[in-house]
Amino acid sequence: MSGFRLPEPHGTRIDRTRPIPFLFNGKVLAGFRGDTLASALLANGVRLVGRSYKLHRARGVFGCGFEEPNAIVDLVDGERRTPDVRATTLELTEGLAAQSVNCWPSVGLDFGAVLGAFAPFLPAGFYYKTFMWPDWHWFEPAIRWMAGLGRTSLAPDRDRYEEICVDADVAVVGGGIAGLSAAVAAAEAGAATTLLCAAPAAGGALGWRGDATVRALLAKAGRAGVTLLTRTVAFGVYDHGLLCATESLAAATPGTHGALRERLWKIRARSIVSAQGAFERPMLFPGNDRPGVMLAGAAEKYAHAHATACGRRAVIAANADSAYAVARSLRAAGIEIVAVVDRRPPESIGAHAEGVRCLAHHGIRQVIGGRGVRGCVVVDADAPGDRGERLDCDLILSAGGFAPAVHLHSQAKGRLRWLEDAAMFVPDGAAPGLHSVGACAGVFARSAALEHAAEVGRSLALGFTVPPPPVGGAGRSLASSRIPGVRGKIFLDLQNDVTVSDVSLAAAENYRSVEHLKRYTTTGMATDQGKTSNVNALVLMGEATQRAPAEVGTTTFRPPFAPVSFGALVGRRVGNRYRPLKRLPAAGWHAEHGALFELFGNWSRPAGYPRADESLESAAQREAETVRGAVGVFDGSPLGKIEIWGADAAEFLDLMYVGTMSSLAPGQARYGLLLNEHGVIVDDGVVARLGTGHFWVNTTSAGVERTAAAFEEWLQCEYPNLRALVTPVTSRWGNVTVSGPKAWATLATIGLDRRFAPETMQHMTIADGEFDGSPVRILRASFTGELSYEINVPVERTRDLLERVWAAAAPLGGCPYGIEALEILRTEKGYLHVGVDTDGTTLPGDVGFARGLERKRANFVGRRSLLRPAARNPGRSRLVGLKPADGRTRLPVGAQIANAPPPTATEGHVTSSHWSPTLRAPVALAMLARGAERLGETVGVHHLGQRIDAIVVATSWIDPEGKRLHG
Amino acid sequence: MMKIPCPHCGVRDENEFQCGGTAHLARPALDASDREWGEYLYFRDNPKGSHRERWRHAYGCGRWFNVVRDTLTHEISAVYPITETPAR
Ligand SMILES: [Zn+2]
Repeated sequence: MSGFRLPEPHGTRIDRTRPIPFLFNGKVLAGFRGDTLASALLANGVRLVGRSYKLHRARGVFGCGFEEPNAIVDLVDGERRTPDVRATTLELTEGLAAQSVNCWPSVGLDFGAVLGAFAPFLPAGFYYKTFMWPDWHWFEPAIRWMAGLGRTSLAPDRDRYEEICVDADVAVVGGGIAGLSAAVAAAEAGAATTLLCAAPAAGGALGWRGDATVRALLAKAGRAGVTLLTRTVAFGVYDHGLLCATESLAAATPGTHGALRERLWKIRARSIVSAQGAFERPMLFPGNDRPGVMLAGAAEKYAHAHATACGRRAVIAANADSAYAVARSLRAAGIEIVAVVDRRPPESIGAHAEGVRCLAHHGIRQVIGGRGVRGCVVVDADAPGDRGERLDCDLILSAGGFAPAVHLHSQAKGRLRWLEDAAMFVPDGAAPGLHSVGACAGVFARSAALEHAAEVGRSLALGFTVPPPPVGGAGRSLASSRIPGVRGKIFLDLQNDVTVSDVSLAAAENYRSVEHLKRYTTTGMATDQGKTSNVNALVLMGEATQRAPAEVGTTTFRPPFAPVSFGALVGRRVGNRYRPLKRLPAAGWHAEHGALFELFGNWSRPAGYPRADESLESAAQREAETVRGAVGVFDGSPLGKIEIWGADAAEFLDLMYVGTMSSLAPGQARYGLLLNEHGVIVDDGVVARLGTGHFWVNTTSAGVERTAAAFEEWLQCEYPNLRALVTPVTSRWGNVTVSGPKAWATLATIGLDRRFAPETMQHMTIADGEFDGSPVRILRASFTGELSYEINVPVERTRDLLERVWAAAAPLGGCPYGIEALEILRTEKGYLHVGVDTDGTTLPGDVGFARGLERKRANFVGRRSLLRPAARNPGRSRLVGLKPADGRTRLPVGAQIANAPPPTATEGHVTSSHWSPTLRAPVALAMLARGAERLGETVGVHHLGQRIDAIVVATSWIDPEGKRLHG
Repeated sequence: MMKIPCPHCGVRDENEFQCGGTAHLARPALDASDREWGEYLYFRDNPKGSHRERWRHAYGCGRWFNVVRDTLTHEISAVYPITETPAR
């Protein structure tokens, strides 16, 4: 127990009159409104908050914001779990319950910590090197169980998320004084300005110090009409000025399930200003990961903003002037500063050290205390092997200089340059569409930052040239934040447990590119994305390969700046809003007649109409048998319908389909295969001619949007001179299909004209008529092999027509039939189902359409590809029928056809398979190499280790001559 | 996400559009050699910089048009009708 609450006036951000109880690892603790979970834990004396990712080492709070590598917790709230939340940016709310991650059975007694004993065997590249033999999968389950951070809930997320898209003239990221100053100036100059601030209140560091400038700027921002978004984290800059951010609303409604939790902002900005500040760079020394070692600036913020002292006696490890300001500030708060251990020579330190014990040119050789700092040993930088001096302390602060937050600048493809004096990367000029101000631009002097930011805001608003940043004010730091020659475990990346020696090893193994170093050692690849480790890593890489940091360069900064929840990205596109369901116009009628609805594509359609004692499968058998014996009624409304109009419509359709459509007389219809440029079958359907320049095209239900889009592309891009108009009309027409030997007997009684009788209306013809005052378009085409009428009717009359047809069909022994029965019927006939019997390699010749295309005179899409040697290979697969040799075993769909049991070369596979109620035997279709020449041959069908002998037969089992089609 | 100026509807977000790939590909005639046909089907330039490509305003007017886009910066420098072929 070392942290404690400081008395007033400390704690500018907390409200001591509003205590908030919360749970940490099952224990009840208390904080105040305005605390973060981290500040509250520290104030309660909690040092051990989690275990590290790889070695399960004890870890405490390290930072105070997005840079936090250690204090990662899971939030648990009933069935809701929010994994891997940074305690340092999480506002404390009533009833908050947090759990440490990555430890079992508990954070204090961690089973995985024995891994630490194996640390010498877990160097960089360990996984790549070790688990190759005999197979990584042997090791994977155990390693996956041990590794990883938080756990997610398996329950559906009941909270709501939303997305908002807005425009802005100027969008400013960062609510510190630089960002405020830029936003105020832009808004005062007339620009529509949005200011995004990650914290619950704007003001940044000067804000929690209680600075008057901040209050004045906030008042001005209000008057100038700046749109201020707090609790909003800008996570990415994308093309053409798109800035994305997530606004957290969870703190507003703690504990409420189903409430609006996060809002995704998509801000299209004419100009973006980044004012994200800077992160502190940690010092590198042995034991620098122990609980009680933390960033100096973080300790200062906790003291002032949250009245939380992180310890009583502090040693500051320094490589920057900022250490001394922190030392004085903390001492004023009542925390004893034992010494500043500065790795720089005395001449670099100068007057900063006044009044503080300064050990110049010194470094920490050892940290005492495994689960919490009890002291440290410091040595002269020139004699790292000496015994050194022991300093008693319970807090070690790291002040290694600053790393400007150049993330958004880099995401926007801005370049960086290395500042030697301050040892930091700063923007090298502005990025396209994005300007940096304040500390993230390398401007650390307060008045310079204020003035420059205001100039930038004004210039962007008025379209003036933007002034370059007056870089400076950070003081002097050395590139290296460690003293050479010190031995021990020095952590570079705390979240991924990467040590200094891992970098040396990578260099020794000849990894030179910083991108390779990152992947080999996993530096910067954890959820914190290396905000405290990246600069140290490339400095070390430079040391190991005798290169300056500028030469080593940085890795690519990619979005997101901070982790983003899936919920925020998904927004309201869940369930039916993710994939809207298409319902039949007469869905109610089907439901009343016992339909079992299933999804086919996005359509909810009757799979069958099972009676009380029936399964879907037995219903399908009965329905198929009824269609063959009497009559069936089918809802074909989803069938794709496209009208083609124009003087060149016929010529256009000749180009689109394998079949010749220009030779159709008005009233005639023809089957057509649709190919892509590779000659592969992508859809099929029936094309009917209504008039000289008017065609009716039926596509598959699933393929209509694709087909209409392809028609448009060919017409607009490749054949723009053809006078043809493509109009998709699927949703305009319902379709009731009546099929079976009694189809006309049914329809004759519903008031249709006698000219539709099969004697006068031929198979594959189309005609317009009238039903009960509405126009109908009747197509005589059949997917069942029986006499069929596809009656297209205005969509709002679908139910009326269904009712009338049903009233006539029922007394004739008819039934409604669903998709399952239709599949049986078409398989018995060997009719093709594109996408089921075909795949992305199937050419027309493979399904028996070779002759038609040789006769055709016109060119058509895909024709040239059918002349390629591969397309004409006699060994290609061919669609055939298969029947089991024993006459009763069903052949499983997908089963492979081969001479020997697999693994072996396959000769084909089963594509469709059903039990035929008419034949009382199984029927199947298959793609089989050289299938056309193999009729009568017995082949082996292999399924789950079992061989079924099958005989190759023709594809049509029932009525191969097609007599039944004519009634 | 880019902003794309549809010649018919004005500037809209990229997610209203569908990219149709490289523009101005010349489809060889039926009697082209297998090699010529194969190159037309499968081989595309992948330039760093200016690229002519065609886009469709799928969730708008439905029209195809040509775009000159820099593949490095995503800057769109020109938009012109689908029927127009620039001088090479
Ligand atoms: Zn448009």
